[in-house]
Amino acid sequence: MKSHNSTPAGAAGPIRIVNGRIHDPANGIDGAVRDLCVESGRIVESAPVGARRIDAAGMVIMPGGVDIHCHIAGPKVNLARKLQPEDHRRDPHPGTLYTRSGTGGTVPSTFATGYRYASLGYTTAMEAAVPPIGARHTLEELHDTPVIDKGFYVLLGNNIFLQRLLKEGRRDEFRQAVAWWVNSTKAYATKLVNPGGDEPWKGKRNANVSDIDETNEVFGISPRQIIDAFVDAVHEMRLPHPPHIHCNNLGHSGNYATTLETMKTAGDRRLHIAHIQFHSYGGQPGKSPSSAAQPIVEYVNAHPNITCDVGQVMFGKSTIMTADAPLAYMLRNLKKNKWVNADTECESGCGIVPFSYQEKIYVHALQWAIGLELFLMSADPWRIILSTDHPNGGSFLSYPKLIRLLMDREFRKEEIKRVHKKAISRTVLADLDREYTLNEIAIISRAGPARALGLRNKGHLGPGADADITVYDDDADRERMFNAPRYVVKSGRVVIDDHEFREDFSGRLLHIAPEYDATIVQTVRPFFEDYYSIEFDNYAVGDSFLHDHEVIPSRPA
Amino acid sequence: MSLRLQLRTRPEVPVEADALAPDRLQGLKTPEVESLPLIHGNENCVVGDFFAADGECNGELHLEGDLSRIKHLGSGMKSGTLHIHGDAGAHLGVGMSGGQVIVDGNAGDWVGPEMSGGRICVKGNAGHMVGAAYRGSPMGMTGGEIIIGGCARNELGHGMRNGLIAVGGDSGDFTGVNMLAGTIIVLGRLGLRPGASMKRGTIVTLHDSELLPTFSYACCFRPPFLGLYLLHLRQLDLAVADAHISGRYARWCGDSIELNRGEILLYKT
Repeated sequence: MKSHNSTPAGAAGPIRIVNGRIHDPANGIDGAVRDLCVESGRIVESAPVGARRIDAAGMVIMPGGVDIHCHIAGPKVNLARKLQPEDHRRDPHPGTLYTRSGTGGTVPSTFATGYRYASLGYTTAMEAAVPPIGARHTLEELHDTPVIDKGFYVLLGNNIFLQRLLKEGRRDEFRQAVAWWVNSTKAYATKLVNPGGDEPWKGKRNANVSDIDETNEVFGISPRQIIDAFVDAVHEMRLPHPPHIHCNNLGHSGNYATTLETMKTAGDRRLHIAHIQFHSYGGQPGKSPSSAAQPIVEYVNAHPNITCDVGQVMFGKSTIMTADAPLAYMLRNLKKNKWVNADTECESGCGIVPFSYQEKIYVHALQWAIGLELFLMSADPWRIILSTDHPNGGSFLSYPKLIRLLMDREFRKEEIKRVHKKAISRTVLADLDREYTLNEIAIISRAGPARALGLRNKGHLGPGADADITVYDDDADRERMFNAPRYVVKSGRVVIDDHEFREDFSGRLLHIAPEYDATIVQTVRPFFEDYYSIEFDNYAVGDSFLHDHEVIPSRPA
Repeated sequence: MSLRLQLRTRPEVPVEADALAPDRLQGLKTPEVESLPLIHGNENCVVGDFFAADGECNGELHLEGDLSRIKHLGSGMKSGTLHIHGDAGAHLGVGMSGGQVIVDGNAGDWVGPEMSGGRICVKGNAGHMVGAAYRGSPMGMTGGEIIIGGCARNELGHGMRNGLIAVGGDSGDFTGVNMLAGTIIVLGRLGLRPGASMKRGTIVTLHDSELLPTFSYACCFRPPFLGLYLLHLRQLDLAVADAHISGRYARWCGDSIELNRGEILLYKT
């Protein structure tokens, strides 16, 4: 990259931001005017004389945004880029004196992804689904995604070897193998996608699991057993982020029951439900869906061990990309347009379908309304987190509009008028008058996701935190406000200075390194020698792929 | 009075000249025209670096010289006449919605991709991808006419959705591939695999052709619409004989791996 190695991150000089109204909910600061000081890439109590002074009078200061669930790097993202040249042709991302050029659309190129996140005030993003065998590729792409800090979740929920261990009741070896896999891929968290469903589908057309207690044909174990084992293993190892699960039956009518059962499986242990909007549908399977946001949000409200991100649908073009291969096949059959379906050896599946959400289509309008219901009925913004499951529900570039929908009742009412009436009448959205405050927005887009991820130095502005800061002009039009921060500071460097990019560097990889018993390697190795296309000794990703990185420690006991 | 642009030096590498369309130059003075931006390879330059301008555009733009390395001429034009006295480069009349483009010589690849209206007449030959969809797009040309006096190369009318493409000579392989609707008339021979994966639409040739096994023979008849089309093409200087206008055509339906609502008409007698 042009300049990212010229100065190490954090080498920028000290800064004092004065007169701005600070929203730092993790430290109980709600709009107080205070000085904010930065030195050596961290927030500090006071900056030395001669520090650069930024006057933020009339502006709103928040920690840098943290995206807990998006798809921005790895083999499936690259396939989606290749599949849609028309998307790129229409949205070039020109270079500047400081930044490189790229292409946009719903699946931007690596450079454009980093810059566009930064241009919204986001400084951390988590790629949510990478098959272990794609880890090397993902790490290289993340290294080329500038400015933001990032990590990825490794797909383990349809792993043949792990399912065998579970079938044979070898729970301790299962836990060791999970830790080995996380270490071998430099991942940040474990990810389960339609656990137990991909493998039957790969073997037989239209085969899937449709119930959490249904034992699959291949291994004779149920999704609940897989989920329970992961919740247990991650709990035992005290990983910073709990299992990140995309439940069974995504998108199917009546799937809220599966979602509730998934959450109940965790008991009082921690669990993160991804894009929960897609899992909150009532109605009979195979029939038209209705909203089941109420029972879902009630359960989440009452159970502090559960976190979730919403996966809001935003109207317009999107790209469905998922490790849930049977789901992609179902969606493909709606329009019979181009799509990709891929198998990833013994580890996962993959499906990609270009998609478009339309206001006048009942199901799409219902999905949009359910997402908003979940946000507006949430009792604890710390645990119901902002996401569009980029690019599945819509691009991350639609976050500012989503924020306006949450903060501006009148705007929401106008938007409701434009969508399918019957769909809205099947929800309580029209009766919800709540408006999010700036502090609540800071929670759902910054403090909440950082806490759910166990990132102690992100999502807040207390001394010692990473100096990831966004300064917005206080604008009554919240969409315009969140679309164009005046300053974005990342690791103490003023990346966006008075609306202009002034820096380019690559950001850090965030990953975990749980301890494991080295003898597990002897258990795993024969399986690779029998079934994999890659030599076992070449499988684990070497440290040279880490570049600038940070190991996030386990949670304290 | 019309505007004439004379190419002074043939560029070493292609020049992208989106600016050169009659409606965009309407009413501009000569110095203003000469200062419009062009892209030469990876460098920004201006029209005056390559062209000498004379006159003022009243809806008619004449380009002179060997323009085979000048790309994107007439792109997005909505009205007026663009007359190229010589060869034209690739991406001629991209997405145009009205007006007329006349090329006295040959044209490069991508003549009229994704155009929606107007007419392009190329008196010589054209390259690949005439009236096609750009890679990844679901649809090629959606309206208007492209008339090629000579031959055209592969993937003529790829993904075409509406409009007319006529070729005086032969066409290349995959003529009308992925076609959704519209009409392609080739007076010469079709290349390999015409109409592969077509959903609807009509492909006509005045010769026999080897068709894909997914096309099935329907009947032999005198299509009434075809006479009108061929008379229209004769007025546009294509060599259409009376026998073609009144003749019988064999109708083949396809492509059966898709909708099977398309047709290929082969001239019989």
